[in-house]
Amino acid sequence: MEEVLKIEHLHKRFENINVLEDISLSIKKGETVVIIGPSGCGKSTLLRSIIGLESIEEGKVLFEGTSINPLDKKDIKIRQKIGMVFQSYDLFPHKTILENVILAPVKVQKRKKSEVIEEAEKLLERVGLISKKDNYPRQLSGGQKQRVAIVRALIMHPEVLLFDEVTAALDPEMVREVLDVILDLSKQKRTMLIVTHEMAFAKAAADRIIFMDGGNIVEESIPEEFFNDPKTERAKKFLKTFEFEKEKE
Amino acid sequence: MFDSKVIQMILIGIKDTLYMTLVSTALGYVLGLPFGIILNVTRKDGLIPNRVIYGIGDFICNIIRSVPFLILLILLIPFTRLIVGKSYGSTATIVPLVVCAAPYIARVVESSLNEVDAGVIEAAKAMGASNIQIILKVLLVEARVSLFNGAVITTGILLGYSAMSGTVGGGGLGDIAVRYGYYRWQTDIMIVTVILLIVIFQIIQNVGNKLTIKIDHRKR
Repeated sequence: MEEVLKIEHLHKRFENINVLEDISLSIKKGETVVIIGPSGCGKSTLLRSIIGLESIEEGKVLFEGTSINPLDKKDIKIRQKIGMVFQSYDLFPHKTILENVILAPVKVQKRKKSEVIEEAEKLLERVGLISKKDNYPRQLSGGQKQRVAIVRALIMHPEVLLFDEVTAALDPEMVREVLDVILDLSKQKRTMLIVTHEMAFAKAAADRIIFMDGGNIVEESIPEEFFNDPKTERAKKFLKTFEFEKEKE
Repeated sequence: MFDSKVIQMILIGIKDTLYMTLVSTALGYVLGLPFGIILNVTRKDGLIPNRVIYGIGDFICNIIRSVPFLILLILLIPFTRLIVGKSYGSTATIVPLVVCAAPYIARVVESSLNEVDAGVIEAAKAMGASNIQIILKVLLVEARVSLFNGAVITTGILLGYSAMSGTVGGGGLGDIAVRYGYYRWQTDIMIVTVILLIVIFQIIQNVGNKLTIKIDHRKR
């Protein structure tokens, strides 16, 4: 299958700390790749480097075969083909839900406003938020805001979607409604790279699991294999931290 | 004491005061808003960090802001003459008022824009928005409450400064207060002008506060 996103020997340093050390990975069209690992292992930095929110010291990010320099202005068109959803939703607080969704396609992609609104309403309908379209972000719950943020990314028609711990700030009950939306996208064969701490969700959604620690990819395998029979000691130890009941027995 | 002549004079004084305050605020923003945007985006953590441009802007801003307004009024007399043709009267006062206001406004704008949540700017970047689009569609829009508040405060300050210009023949209520109240010992006229200045200030601040609440969508 065709590779949409390819990362070659990516290095990233903050001051003297290596945040990412020689990361290489590729994502095929329609694939859902889930990155898991302890906090501070570089997962988020990796996503941010791909979309150009972080500068990189070494290595390459290739989108559909062409190398992109995340900080190059000319690559802004490519950046529009990669959508990102953040942990803190980051909706524009002074814009209504509908305005939040249509801003980028109308202003950045210069698409026709009436068509964009039509599509926005369809997408909001699909995530069950059409009744909120004229509300402001403050009137929505965290889970609702995050679903709007996903719609806001989807309406750009991205080739790849990046999710950066999108449920980490949510109440447990709201985690579900957001993950259901993402799971739905996974079934539609969207190309996605997801950073999450939700192991059950990772198991259900992923075509492939990437386990990171200390700025490195430690293990890479299909979910069944990773969760039932992890190869590395580090992954075994990490997965153990999620097993509460067993230890109590 | 308060014959029709005095009342006529006070009415013209109110008109002149409003004219000076509002026109100098508006012109101050014409210069100060872009100046403030430049300061904000060229900061170290700004959209387009640039040490040289920020350094120069910062320096100009500080120099003008450290000169007391009364001194600035006198220092700028030749410049005012060059632009307006004379150095007294309300139109002439607008020149030093704008020179004084622009760097102040730039600072207010700079810090207002700085309050915009960094995450929202990153979201816009991730959508592929250009820097100009981020400034116009995100920074200015999301900072609007703070920007508007800053404008209200600035108007109030310029109202006070316009009155101060009365000491050098600036026109307006301050001028009347100085000429009649100070030089002629007509305390009653001075008190009336001071009360009028207080009333104008209150109106500006109250209308400003009401409008601020109206344009704020973050809370309620």
